[in-house]
Amino acid sequence: MDDLLSEFLTETNENLSVLDVELVRLEQNPNNPELLSNIFRLVHTIKGTCGFLGLPRLEKVAHASENVLGKFRDGELTITPEAVSLILKALDTIKGLLAVLEATEAEPPGDDNDLIARLNACAEGKLSGAPAAAPAPAPAPEPAPAPATTVEVPSVSLDELEAAWQAAEGPSTALTPVAAPEPAEEPAPSHDLVVPEPDPAPAPSKMPVPAAQAAGAQGGDEVREAGNKESAVAAQTIRVNVDLLENLMTMVSELVLTRNQLLQILRSQKESEFAAPLQRLNHVTSELQEGVMKTRMQPIGNAWAKLPRLVRDLAHELGKKIDLQMLGADTELDRQVLELIKDPLTHMVRNSADHGLETPSERVRAGKTETGRVTLNAYHEGGHIIIEIQDDGKGLAIDKIKQKAIQNGMASEAELANMSDQQIIQFIMKPGFSTAAKVTSVSGRGVGMDVVKTNIEKIGGTIEIKSVQGRGSTFVIKIPLTLAIVSALIVECAGERFAIPQISVVELVRAAADSEHTIERLKGTPVLRLRNRLLPLVSLQELLRLEREDGQEIKNDDETFIVVTQVGTYTFGIMVDRVFDTEEIVVKPVAPILRHIEMFSGNTILGDGSVIMILDPNGIASATGEMAMGENVSKEAAAVQAQRQEDKMALLLFRAGEGAPKAVPLSLVARLEDVELSAVELSNGLPVVQYRGKLMPLVPIDPCFSLGHEGRQPVLVFADGDRSMGLIVDEIVDIVEEKLVVQLTADRPGLMGSAIIAGKATEVIDAGFYLTQAYKDWFGSSSSDGFEEEKLQRVLLVDDSPFFRNLLTPLLSVAGYDVTAVENPSDALALCEAGEDFDVIVSDIEMPGMSGFDFAQAIRHGSRWQHVPMVALSSHATPRDLDRGRQVGFTDYVAKFDRDALLYTLQQTLSEHKGAA
Amino acid sequence: MTANNAKVPAKKTKGEEVISGGSQDYVTMTIADQLFGIPVLQVQDVLGHQKITRIPLAPPEVAGSLNLRGRIVTAIDVRLRLSLSARPKDKPGMSIVVDLRGELYSLMVDSVGEVLSLSNDDFERNPATLDPRWREVSTGIYRLNGQLMVVLDVPRLLNFTNMEAA
Repeated sequence: MDDLLSEFLTETNENLSVLDVELVRLEQNPNNPELLSNIFRLVHTIKGTCGFLGLPRLEKVAHASENVLGKFRDGELTITPEAVSLILKALDTIKGLLAVLEATEAEPPGDDNDLIARLNACAEGKLSGAPAAAPAPAPAPEPAPAPATTVEVPSVSLDELEAAWQAAEGPSTALTPVAAPEPAEEPAPSHDLVVPEPDPAPAPSKMPVPAAQAAGAQGGDEVREAGNKESAVAAQTIRVNVDLLENLMTMVSELVLTRNQLLQILRSQKESEFAAPLQRLNHVTSELQEGVMKTRMQPIGNAWAKLPRLVRDLAHELGKKIDLQMLGADTELDRQVLELIKDPLTHMVRNSADHGLETPSERVRAGKTETGRVTLNAYHEGGHIIIEIQDDGKGLAIDKIKQKAIQNGMASEAELANMSDQQIIQFIMKPGFSTAAKVTSVSGRGVGMDVVKTNIEKIGGTIEIKSVQGRGSTFVIKIPLTLAIVSALIVECAGERFAIPQISVVELVRAAADSEHTIERLKGTPVLRLRNRLLPLVSLQELLRLEREDGQEIKNDDETFIVVTQVGTYTFGIMVDRVFDTEEIVVKPVAPILRHIEMFSGNTILGDGSVIMILDPNGIASATGEMAMGENVSKEAAAVQAQRQEDKMALLLFRAGEGAPKAVPLSLVARLEDVELSAVELSNGLPVVQYRGKLMPLVPIDPCFSLGHEGRQPVLVFADGDRSMGLIVDEIVDIVEEKLVVQLTADRPGLMGSAIIAGKATEVIDAGFYLTQAYKDWFGSSSSDGFEEEKLQRVLLVDDSPFFRNLLTPLLSVAGYDVTAVENPSDALALCEAGEDFDVIVSDIEMPGMSGFDFAQAIRHGSRWQHVPMVALSSHATPRDLDRGRQVGFTDYVAKFDRDALLYTLQQTLSEHKGAA
Repeated sequence: MTANNAKVPAKKTKGEEVISGGSQDYVTMTIADQLFGIPVLQVQDVLGHQKITRIPLAPPEVAGSLNLRGRIVTAIDVRLRLSLSARPKDKPGMSIVVDLRGELYSLMVDSVGEVLSLSNDDFERNPATLDPRWREVSTGIYRLNGQLMVVLDVPRLLNFTNMEAA
């Protein structure tokens, strides 16, 4: 059956049963305007819904009844028992029609002209005594009307019914099956008020009785079946007080726990006669749990119902055009969860519409359609519900957030400068990040994003923000399906057990000396390399200040388990001693005196009967520096701009000779080869190998290294043009992707310096040095003296050759420059547009597309960078080129392979420029 | 009887309204050889030694939590709450479970004694010179034969916010 229709049937049947009671009350108490208007409203509702659903026959009857009631209300008619009977009769007809409607999903053919005519006559005040079947005296109108209509009015007045049974034994027998259950359903209070003796009179003196009945009928606490006996649809759904369900859920939760306990005991016993019944209990409990859970499930659409209206009003008020799209409205989730996310959701949709979306004119200017879109999307994913609130507006204003953060003293400018956009966005979730400056009548009513976050975290959920300037923002909420029972991972640390909600656990990693994962430390801070990412670790023992009973500090080599946990975009590892299995737990709140400990979200009783604390990943994340988060959590100097953050370099890690692992930019390496040592020949005293039809010199990292004669040796092949060179290494370790920041310059030839790569101090080799070892003229002369460092001067390097970009980037960064490399002038100009600033630009001349000369001209003629010094790099350093370069605006001109000259020139140029400025 | 009312503290806390009657029943207990009492109606359970789960980061007075027939009970080390030294490890101790606003707390004491019915005649306010911490959690003193019994006020005993300020 159509949902709408079945809902209509349920509702109308309910209304009708209320009407029955109310009408009788009215009859006894005709001067109660409140009662009358209530009745009028109910009939009006029925009429309205009938009209809406296209049920003309029902509508007509309801309309005629409404007319009569209208006259009553306006005082044009006096309320007489006859009139009331007539209306009750009309209601009976409606019930009859509904019964047919329910059975056939269509109104029965025919009309009720007879009844309508009488109703109309009544409305005109011409009610005749008793025209047809209607029993005029009507002491109890219900039993008397002939059973022609299959439907009867059961709940009028218990007393009247009883009276009627006793007074009129005859007809009542026919009705007994219908009416018999009635007394049981009537609320208890009426029994106290039962008028003992049959009293066939209309009895206006019985006022208190119906009042009690009405109270019972209206207090939704009871399962409301009254009047619905005949309606199968209505009988299929009952209204149950939510508290009752909650209570049931709690009981089931306890039952689940007890079952778990029993199963645990069973597991420890090999043979037990309890095994079979316990298995049965197990299944029944699971089914019961599932069933009770289902009673609490509601489509999320219920929480969204108010949003279209809200958005519409907002659109009017703000003069915006907003299109609200709601996807997955039938996704079901726990009622309790639903209640808790209702307000946060409303708030966020309001925010998106108010702050997120632009006005139509702004949108058109930004090249978007006039109508902004807010999309709500809900779906299930792995035992959780994901709700996305997305808008295609202007995105979060990073600058404003920064300002605000500084204003409110939440961060200093310097701190902000070191944060990624992702980190800055997190500020809007911080308490005290007031929206005061942007209060409109719509938003900023005191429900800040921090409240939203708190509410979501309260139900064990997480919230994640993505925002792209000019493109809009997306809020992703992940919440558990139900609060009642959660799956949790049981871990142990320092002899204590803790539960971690499964929702936040991404994976488990075992770290030990003999496994592929080991915990490394950066100034005491533990980190773990996990799939080429550095994962910050939190020691549960330190965090909770647990003391080991044996008083021993855990050593790095000992086995440690790492629970990789995700909170929003922040991923971190929790170090624990042992991991047990997962268990279903019921989260119970901790005692009030412990609520201030933010590390725990609750506690519970495990299967073995012991109490265990439940860790709150959100609390741990915020306690251990969530602000240090970012999409790529890394310990390196934070890149200020997103653009530059992506400026990562693939590095080849290898071992050769003594000391730390070594690294070289991967793009410099042409190939990795395994050289058969027996094929190595000597030429001019240097080892060479025949490689692709040419002789390739082999250079060891360690000059004292002597090649063996047998076996194979890994070799990094560097190539440029038709020349290649092989660098002999001991072992190739890994390829990692990181931004190369050389932190210590080396005074050893062949070393660029040391950098933290994958959390380890690594020596970055100077490939150029080894190239000149093989071919003295690879770069021309080369002797590297340390220059006085110009700290944090920003250099933009424009070169089409990846080889030179990769060579010069480490070279310049080792000399203390902050290098951004791009491969062509257009990219460089795009950076200029994007508002990047540099102290000096180093550009190649020969480039495909726009040449270095054209580039310089573009810069010098009215660009934002017109005063930034430019240094040209070219392999053709003829005087003519030099002149041309100066003409178009290059400050200086350097031969491409002369590294020292480049560094010298840069230093000169910058100091001159500084002096000039 | 009426004359004795003067001795009853003017400020009565919940659970002690009956004190102005003839006598009061108290569950007695000893902590560091001192006798204490809690109105019997406030006592839910008396427990022997229990397995307690430690709660990290909790105030030192909170010994942990335990499972009492499916309910989680917070265990309070009364010795620490009363600024006494911790109980020696070899003594198992006992607990009295009380209910405060729907939450159960287990008060860990050295031993639990009998229930005494004490006449209000023997009740007296806390001496002004009593240790401030004790005065804070006690409603008064009963003079018994040969010893004194300190009446503990459960809500105040469990009011940790005050304690942090102190």
